[in-house]
Formats: sequence, C-alpha cells, structure tokens
Amino acid sequence: MKQQRRDVLKYTAVFGLMACAGLITSAQAEEWNKAAFEGKSLDEVFRALGTGTPEKSSTVVMNAPDIAENGAVVPVGISTTLKAQQMAILVEKNPSTLAAQFFIPAGTETFMTTRIKMAQTSNVYALVKADGKWTMAVKEIKVTLGGCGG
Amino acid sequence: MGDPMRIRATETNGVVDVKILMKHDMESGQRKDAAGKLIPAWFITTVTVKAQGKDVFEADFGSAISKDPFLNFKYKGAKGDKLQVSWVDTRGDKRSDEATVS
Repeated sequence: MKQQRRDVLKYTAVFGLMACAGLITSAQAEEWNKAAFEGKSLDEVFRALGTGTPEKSSTVVMNAPDIAENGAVVPVGISTTLKAQQMAILVEKNPSTLAAQFFIPAGTETFMTTRIKMAQTSNVYALVKADGKWTMAVKEIKVTLGGCGG
Repeated sequence: MGDPMRIRATETNGVVDVKILMKHDMESGQRKDAAGKLIPAWFITTVTVKAQGKDVFEADFGSAISKDPFLNFKYKGAKGDKLQVSWVDTRGDKRSDEATVS
C-alpha cells in the first residue's frame, strides 16, 4: 500500500515537470516576433527588432557563398568574436526580409549555420546583438536560377 | 507530428558541435500549385535545443528557411550530454527528439 502511494507521488512529480516543460515551450512559441517576420523591408525589420541602425563591423563574419546556383538552398553562417546574445539573417529582396533570428545563451559559442531561400540576387545582412548594441555584416549573394552558372 | 529529426552531436575539447536536420516542407506561402492557387504558408517558427535540461540554443524561423531546415551551432558541454530538440510550426504542430553527445 505504502509502495503504491510512493509510486503515485513519483508519477505526479513527473507529470508536473512535463506540464511545466509544456508551458515553457508554449510561452516561447508565443514570443515569435510576428511583426519582424512580416516586415517587407530592412527598415521595417530593424524597427520591429528594435535594432536602431546597425553599424557595419569586421567583428561579424558571414560565411556564405558569392554565388548560389540554387536559390532554394543557400548556406549562410554567422560567427563573431563579440559576446552575442542574439543574431539575425536578413535578405533584402525576399518577400519577407527577416529569414531567421537566433538566441544565444551564455555558454553557447557565437557561431551558427543554416540554409535559407533567396528569391533573387540580393544583399544579405548578418546582424549580431552584443551588450545591447547591434552590429552587422553585409554581403551580396548572386542567385543564378536555371543553374547555368551565369 | 512530423518525421523524426536527424541530430548529430560530437564533443571536441569541451565544445559540442551540434548539427540538426529537421524534416519539414517549409512552405513559404509564395508558391502556387498546378492549378495556380497559392499554397498556404506552413513552416517551423521556433526551434529550441536543451542540453541536460538547460537552454543552449533557440532559433526563430521565418518563411525563408530552406525545406528540411538545417542548423549547426556549438556550445560548451561534455560527452554523454542529453540533448532535446523541439520545434513548433505555424499550424501548432510539434515535434521533439533526443540525442546523446558522443
């Protein structure tokens, strides 16, 4: 009987924890910055993210190709020597400018890579927020649709 | 519930390199089907990665992330760390997978 009660207690604790975890994820999902992701221009996204006008800096490095033969899969990476808490990738000529943003807790390296879609040749902006200040790197990536490499 | 993710995590000199490949169509809402009708947007919005129960990375995606999204990042960790990767998409669909650092 006692054993049973202990089991019940144990399960309650586990379910409690799971519920907590569930709550946390749903709270985070709500934080998804709708205004920023629906921004149609650099200015709109800058405003929605509250970046002000980010300064160009050589401390932010964007790892991306000069020419992307397939606009559907363009590898883009950001790395920086700054203590970044937040990073974002913006594509100027995409229907929605903001492609993605990343939150970097302490203990995680300021480095990431992902793959984005590009509608056409465009400037790509890598934004980094460190110590409350935004800095950026800009690079033009040429997209050659049709795959003829022109 | 989508298909399982592929997660690879390896540790070198106290730094864990995590690569995640999610299986998702990431429909941007810009494409048209054969009948010329717009295919509604449907993409992953948030990805969270926990190591040993602690947040190590969070990504918010827009519609411009490629089909079958790929993520690579590094954090300070150790072999044997338990990773939990979860995503949520615009339809409220969720998926969570686990991996162990090797």
